Amino acid sequence: MTQLDAALAEWALSEARRHGATAAEVLCVSAESTAAGVRLGEVEKLKSSRERRLGLRVFIGHSSANASTAELDRGSLDAFIADTVKLAGLTAADPSSGLPDAALHPKHLPELELADLSHGIVGAEEALKLARTAERAALGADPRIKNSEGAEFDSGRYQVLFANSQGFSGEYAGSTFNLGVAPIAQSDDGKMQQGYWYTANRHFGRLDDPELVGKTAAKRALRRLGARKIKTMRAPVVFDPDMAASLLRSLAGAASGPSLYKGASFLVGRLGSEVAAVNVNIFDDGIMRAGMGSRPFDGEGLATNRKPLVEKGVLKTYLLDAYSARKLKLAPTGNASRAVGDSPTVSPTNLYLEPGRYTAEEIIGSVKQGLYVTELIGFGVNGVTGDYSRGAGGMWIEDGELAFPVQEITIAGNLKEMFLSIDMIGNDLKWRSPVVSPTMKIGAMMIAGE
Amino acid sequence: MANELVKPDKFFLNRFGMNEGALEQILGSALERRADYADLYFEYRSAEGLSLEESMVNHTSKSVSHGVGVRVCAEDRTGYAYSDEVTIDRMRMAAEAARAIADHRGERPGAVQVGKPVAQHNLYELESIPTDVPLEERARLLKQIDELARAYDPRVRNVMASVAAERKLVMVVNSDGQIAADVQPLCRLNVTLIAEDAKGRQMGAFGGGGRVEWSYFFEGDRWKEYTLKAARQAIINLEAVDAPAGEMVVVLGPGWPGILLHEAIGHGLEGDFNRKGVSAFSNRIGQQVASPLCTVIDDGTIANRRGSLNVDDEGTPTSRTVLIEKGILRGYLQDRLNARLMKMAPTGNGRRESFAYSPMPRMTNTFMLPGDSTPAEILRSVKHGLYAVSFGGGQVDITNGKFVFSASEAYLIEDGEVTRPVKGATLIGNGPDVLTRVSMVGNDLELDSGIGTCGKDGQSVPVGVGLPTIRIDGITVGGTRA
Repeated sequence: MTQLDAALAEWALSEARRHGATAAEVLCVSAESTAAGVRLGEVEKLKSSRERRLGLRVFIGHSSANASTAELDRGSLDAFIADTVKLAGLTAADPSSGLPDAALHPKHLPELELADLSHGIVGAEEALKLARTAERAALGADPRIKNSEGAEFDSGRYQVLFANSQGFSGEYAGSTFNLGVAPIAQSDDGKMQQGYWYTANRHFGRLDDPELVGKTAAKRALRRLGARKIKTMRAPVVFDPDMAASLLRSLAGAASGPSLYKGASFLVGRLGSEVAAVNVNIFDDGIMRAGMGSRPFDGEGLATNRKPLVEKGVLKTYLLDAYSARKLKLAPTGNASRAVGDSPTVSPTNLYLEPGRYTAEEIIGSVKQGLYVTELIGFGVNGVTGDYSRGAGGMWIEDGELAFPVQEITIAGNLKEMFLSIDMIGNDLKWRSPVVSPTMKIGAMMIAGE
Repeated sequence: MANELVKPDKFFLNRFGMNEGALEQILGSALERRADYADLYFEYRSAEGLSLEESMVNHTSKSVSHGVGVRVCAEDRTGYAYSDEVTIDRMRMAAEAARAIADHRGERPGAVQVGKPVAQHNLYELESIPTDVPLEERARLLKQIDELARAYDPRVRNVMASVAAERKLVMVVNSDGQIAADVQPLCRLNVTLIAEDAKGRQMGAFGGGGRVEWSYFFEGDRWKEYTLKAARQAIINLEAVDAPAGEMVVVLGPGWPGILLHEAIGHGLEGDFNRKGVSAFSNRIGQQVASPLCTVIDDGTIANRRGSLNVDDEGTPTSRTVLIEKGILRGYLQDRLNARLMKMAPTGNGRRESFAYSPMPRMTNTFMLPGDSTPAEILRSVKHGLYAVSFGGGQVDITNGKFVFSASEAYLIEDGEVTRPVKGATLIGNGPDVLTRVSMVGNDLELDSGIGTCGKDGQSVPVGVGLPTIRIDGITVGGTRA
C-alpha cells in the first residue's frame, strides 16, 4: 500500500497559511482492495484497486472551503491549495464555522485493533476458494436452489492521516474482510426468490464459516418460496436483527446535529425526554475493539467515546460535530465523520440496541397474529416527521408460529410511536456491521396488502 | 481548457504522457492470455458545489479525480483493475492483475492496432458549463431562491439550496482498436425547504438540471418553478391527512412518477440479470407484460438530458431501445459482455459510476409514450383512489419482481375530484403485472426535470425518467389509515 506522507500533510497546512488561510485541515486516505467472485462454481470476476486522495478544508476567519484531489505532486498541490483558499474567500462568513476547540483534541490515541496485522489482503486464489465454498454450500442445500447471483469475497486495507493547523495530527490503519452469497430458489411454478447472507469482520480469523454463510443464505431464499400477499390489517411486527438495525439508523439520523439545527428532524427539542419504551437502551461506542465503526479520533480530530444515545427510553445525547454543536449551543460528541474533500458530517460509530432477555423464538411465540419482517425495501422514511412506510417481506405469524411467507406488502407507522411501542427485545445481538440490533417487537403497525 | 473540450482523446494522451503505441502495448499485455476482449477506461472529473443554508452561501467545495481502469473479458468472466495514478507502470500492473481472469491455455489474440474512431452523437456540446460561471453569480441565484421561497409563505422556515456542476472527460480504448472519447458536463440545482406551523414540520423538495449551460435555469424562469414547487409541496404537506392503506386505484401524474417504469420494468430488463436467468422478466421476450396502451422506451440520445450520453462507458454510441411495445416485451438493455453472451447487439447501455468500477447494463432515460386520454378525463374516471404527483426514491427486488416507490406529494381522489392532500406513503407492486393494470394513458408525456440518480450494485449513475398521466387499476398503498 502506498504510504501516507505526514510531511506532505504538514507542508500542505503551511502552504495553506502562506496563501492566506487562518486555519486548515488535511485528510489523506490511501486504500487498497481486492474482490473475487464466483457464480455457479465458475470464476466470474476478479477486481483489484489502489487509491490515494487528499482532502483539504481551509478557513479565512469564519469563511471556509473544501476540496479534494488525486494529483499529489507538490506542483499540482500548490495550485490546488491556492485555489481552495481563493474559494474560501468567496464563501460567506458563518459565525458557527471553524475548527473545534483545540483543548478537545486527545493527547493519546487508543489502540483499537482496527487492522488485522496477521492477515493481509486475501489473494485471488484463496478468495475464490472461500467464495466457492460458500456458494457450493448454498447450491447443495436443497434441490430447489437452482440458480445463483454468485458469491464474492472482498478484502481491503486503508490508512487514514489527519492533521490540522492547531497542532493535532493522528494516523490509523484498518482492514475489512467480507464474504457474501446470493443463491436463488425456484418453486415448481417457476417463481424465484433470492436469499442473501454475509459475514464481515476487520479480522480475517473472526469471519463466520463460509459453509454456514452459504447454508444460511439458502435457508433464507427457500423460506420465501410461495410468498403471498395478506389482507390489510393492524398487527404486531417482529423485526429480525438486520431490519431492527435499520430503525436504529433512522433514529441516529434524526438525532444527528445537521438534521436538528435545520429543523429537519422529529427529535428537535426532544433531548432529555422519552423517545422510546422504558426497556430501550441504545449505545454509541466509537472505541469498541475491532468494531466496524470504531475510530481512534473522529473526522475533526476529537476523541471518540462510548455513550448512551437512549437510556431507559430517554434521549440522552445528540450526535454532533463541531459545527452543529455550535449551532445548537452544545459540546461536540466525537461523531464527526468525514469523506475526503467533504465538510464534516455526523454519523454514529458502533450503534447498538442493548440485548434483552428473550430468544427470537420467544418473541415470535408471543404473537397471536402478526408479521416477522426479514426484508425491507424503499426509502419511505421521513426524518422530518418520523412518518414511516416501507415495502416489506417476511413470514406471517399465526399462534406464535411462523406460518407462511408474505411479500408485496408495506408496513407503516411513525417512528416516534414505533420506538415507544417496542415491547420485547431479543438476546441475539451479533456484530456484523457498525449498526446492529437484536430481534425486537413493535406492538402494532399498519400492514397494507390486499 | 478550450482545446480539451474539443479533443478529449488528445487531452488524456497529453496530460498523462501516453501515446497510441503505449496503449497498444498495454492492451496487448491485457490480452496475453486467452481473452475475448480488453479495454482501457480513462476518466478525469472536476466538480464544484456550493450551497446555501440559513440565508448564507456558507459551503463551497471542489474536487478533481482521475484514474484508469483495465478490463479483460474471457467468456463470461471479467477481470478488472484500476488505479488513480495514471502512469504506464500502473496500467501495466493493472493489466497483469486483470488478465488473471483468463486461461493460460489456447492461442493469444493478434496484436491490437489502436485508432478506429467511433461514430458518436453530439448531444451536449456547450459553449460554457456552469462551473465557468463566476461563483458570485451562482451564489446570487441561491440567495434569490432563498428570498423567493421565504416570500411564498411565512411558514417557510429554512431553505437549503445547492448547485452542483461537474465536467467529466472519458476515453475508452478497446482491443478492437476503437477509441471513443467524450466530454460530459452535468449540472443540478436543488431546493429543499422546511415549513413549520403549530401542528408540526414538513419538508418540500424540487430541483432539476441536465447536461446544460447555466442559462438553462433562467429559461422560462426554471429556478422559480423549482423553488415554488418545493415551497408548495412543504406547505401542502402541512395540511396532509394520513394516507389510506390497502389496494386501490392510483393515478400517477406526468414526469418524475416515471420512476415506476425505472423500478418496475427497467431494472428487470437489464441484460446481466436476464443472461443469468435471475430476473422476474427472464425468458419473457415476445410475451405480454403490459396493457396494449403501454409502450416503454429507453433512450440515451435525447439532447441535453441528465440520462443521455454520446457514447456509453464502453465506447458504444447510445441508442433508443423499445422495451415494451403495445404491451409486448421487446428488448433488453445491453452492455458488450452480456450482448455477446446473449448473441444480441449492444444497445449503448454499458455504464459505470467511475473508473473504480467495471461497467454493467444500466438505464439512460426511460419513459412511456403518450396515449389519447386527457389528464382531466383520467382523474374524472376514478371514484375513489390516490393521485400521486411526486416521489422520493424507489427500489426493486429483481428476482421476485416486487418494487416500491414512495410518494412525497399525493392527494385523495373522491368522485372524480382531487381533494385532500395525504401524507407520503410507499406504493408496492409486482413488476411483471403492474402495467397490465394500466387502463388509461394520458396525452401529456413529460420527462422529469433532471434529478434522477440510479443505484445498482453500489454504483450510482445519473438517469432520467418520463411518464404521461396514467391510471393503474389496483396497486397497494402503504398508508396508516385502514
